[in-house]
Amino acid sequence: MLRSRWTKVAVFLACLLPFFRLAWRFYTGDLTPNPIEFVTHFTGDWAIRFVVTTLAISPLRKLARLPDLIRFRRMFGLFAFFYATLHFATWFGLDKFFDMHEILADFSKRRFIIAGLIAYLSMAPLAVTSTQGWIRRLGGRRWQRLHRLVYVTGIAVVVHYYWLVKSDIRLPLFYGSLVAILLLYRTAVALWPHRAPAVS
Amino acid sequence: MLIQKSPDIRYSEVTSKALYLNRRRFLAAIPAAFLGVRAFAGTKLPNLAKSPFSTSEAENSFNDVTHYNNFYEFGTGKDEPARYAQKFKTDPWTLSVEGAVAKPRKYSIDDLLHLAPLEERIYRHRCVEGWSIVVPWAGYSLGALLKQAEPTPKARFVAFQSYYDPGQMPLARGSGLDFPYIEGLRLDEAMHPLTMLTLGMYGETLPPQDGAPVRLTVPWKYGFKSAKSLVKIKLVEKQPPCTWNIANPQEYGFYSNVNPAVPNPRYSQATERRLGEFRRRPTLPFNGYADQVASLYNGMDLRKYY
Repeated sequence: MLRSRWTKVAVFLACLLPFFRLAWRFYTGDLTPNPIEFVTHFTGDWAIRFVVTTLAISPLRKLARLPDLIRFRRMFGLFAFFYATLHFATWFGLDKFFDMHEILADFSKRRFIIAGLIAYLSMAPLAVTSTQGWIRRLGGRRWQRLHRLVYVTGIAVVVHYYWLVKSDIRLPLFYGSLVAILLLYRTAVALWPHRAPAVS
Repeated sequence: MLIQKSPDIRYSEVTSKALYLNRRRFLAAIPAAFLGVRAFAGTKLPNLAKSPFSTSEAENSFNDVTHYNNFYEFGTGKDEPARYAQKFKTDPWTLSVEGAVAKPRKYSIDDLLHLAPLEERIYRHRCVEGWSIVVPWAGYSLGALLKQAEPTPKARFVAFQSYYDPGQMPLARGSGLDFPYIEGLRLDEAMHPLTMLTLGMYGETLPPQDGAPVRLTVPWKYGFKSAKSLVKIKLVEKQPPCTWNIANPQEYGFYSNVNPAVPNPRYSQATERRLGEFRRRPTLPFNGYADQVASLYNGMDLRKYY
């Protein structure tokens, strides 16, 4: 089933559902008394969910013996970048209204914004080089090394979220644990490669 | 596109408030007539006197003010208090005034409603998170209550305590804060005429999510200083501990006066977004009440005493 073209189409549409839901809430004026904050949090939530999902693909392929999951990894990664871009643009354009004075002050002083910026900037080159053409141009090995940047993304988004919340740290800890498990699994595989289950 | 939308909705909501209140008054009258219950959330407060402290700025809609709340005992999401506080039992209620006073006393809400003439005061309310609202509160200066208690010379600070019941507030545990919620003011701040003992808003008693049945309103300080659902006011000699200050002393100082020049590590504080407006607006020192309250802090370094 994972190999079917239609599965890929269905997954693609499912990934767009949050965006359509947001558009619908905008259309019906259902964006809470603070719409800009709501859109910022909504898009941020989905960005972090897609980052974690993307990081989960490789371990899941091995552990669940579903090698075909690889067909969705790029899509999830690009959706993470898509929602992160909406998130960043909402903050930059709607919340701060392109006020460079405030934005630069935030970049230098607010640690959660610095972490968010690192997360976003680490995703950009991965999105750009996600095509077959770029894999060929860089060569598989170098491409793979570059795309390890996603580990930085995973850590930075969690730190961004953790530093943002005031006292209720349950969700940042939840995502943090997921990222920790996924990265520790990779570390374990790298340290004891012979123990990793074979992948076809 | 957001630009065009928000103000239009806001004003239509303001206009429809009368209708809304009418319905509330009607609904409120039913149990009152049959059970003799008085002053629960949504009861009309008649004959509110106008106050010279009121701002002429446009009020936020009742709907915005009741559906965008920080009341962590009922959940940390802004929409959660409106959903989870509705069954909050606020009758009977006792507010105890105690400590360094000649006349300690326990007050019922009925006592408080008749302690001084109720005024409507339209105040700006600025949250430390960078949003603000304009609310028509109903109540009177906290000083009226404190004077009745007759503070002794030992009284230099006032400690406030909010109601806490894990049974009624099961979401409080996940908030990361220690409850009951406690706050504090210097005695001169508490006695300042702008500081309100608030029993209502929008011409009716307080809804649960906005701090029913009685709360504090200190308009020149960040909103978290205005403790909700008060059960205890204690006059004390030393500066009392405060919930947010305990949770994160670098960010939430004892004074927490609204100050655009002193950034919070998380929020710049130079600007704020008034709910219903698209663009941020500059934040004013002491939330625009500097003329009345700046003298309370003469000679104090407000960067140090943030």
